[in-house]
Amino acid sequence: MSEIVIPYRTEPHPLTGVTSGKLGIWLFLASEVMLFGALFSSYVLLRVGAAEGTWPTGVEAGLNVPIGTFNTLVLITSSITMVMSWASLKMGNPGAFKRYMGATIALGMLFLVVKGFEYSGKFHHGIFPATGWPGASDPSTFYGFYFTITGLHALHVFLGILVNIWLLVWGLALYKTEPERFAGRIEISGLYWHFVDLVWIFLFPLLYLL
Amino acid sequence: MSETVAISESEAARVRSHLRVYVMVFVALAVLTIITVAISYLRLPTPLAITLAMVVATVKASLVAGYFMHLLSEEKVILWLLVLCAAFLVFLFALPFWTETGNGPLWVG
Repeated sequence: MSEIVIPYRTEPHPLTGVTSGKLGIWLFLASEVMLFGALFSSYVLLRVGAAEGTWPTGVEAGLNVPIGTFNTLVLITSSITMVMSWASLKMGNPGAFKRYMGATIALGMLFLVVKGFEYSGKFHHGIFPATGWPGASDPSTFYGFYFTITGLHALHVFLGILVNIWLLVWGLALYKTEPERFAGRIEISGLYWHFVDLVWIFLFPLLYLL
Repeated sequence: MSETVAISESEAARVRSHLRVYVMVFVALAVLTIITVAISYLRLPTPLAITLAMVVATVKASLVAGYFMHLLSEEKVILWLLVLCAAFLVFLFALPFWTETGNGPLWVG
């Protein structure tokens, strides 16, 4: 059985100027923009359409701004460690790659742990996705939205961590034989990771601060 | 098919010259995060607060996309892909308002 090889894995395609993998991840990210865009657009409609005084600010709804700020800084830091892991490979330093990628994975996990504490705090206070904020005049809308979009975002962080663990533990073997191709994989994983950071950059002020 | 391609020294030098920029972008992102939070404590009128927060978020997102995701030096095909995506996104946001014209905006009735 002959092996099926995806063309233009390392060298750019003559028509597009990019590798197949990079074109693929950008197409995927474009679809992700529409997925999160649909939720953001629903948020705008629901919020603008909410009757006077029924839509709480994040603080009024009981969200903790310092914790949200901390988690934002955690994700931003994970973005620079991600880009540094890629840069380390390009500069021929797999040792530094391991440290930076390990830090990226650890920071992603820290983000999820903090998010987990936030969720469990809400559940403890009787706030659930379907029932929302007890005592509010419009109890479910804010928290229905909050849990849906932060949950979807956390799922993205989780999947990014899995891919990065795979690349660090098993994928790295490819670096010995095809360093450019492996660096390409890290760049692609990084594009996804930065996108997840980018979504949070909009989510944080929208949910916590406004 | 064997395609062992070593990373060239010129490529490594190009990446090395960007390291400082990555650190500067990171510092800018952290400072802008603090600014976003600080603005929220000013208790500005809601429309102004939303506008300011979204402007700062857009600046931060542009830094991430431009430098960490290398969009500033990316091939045209990726940029056109994103322009197309942005057009669909604008359409998506406009759609509800558009369909409601004639009946008044959703939130009136």
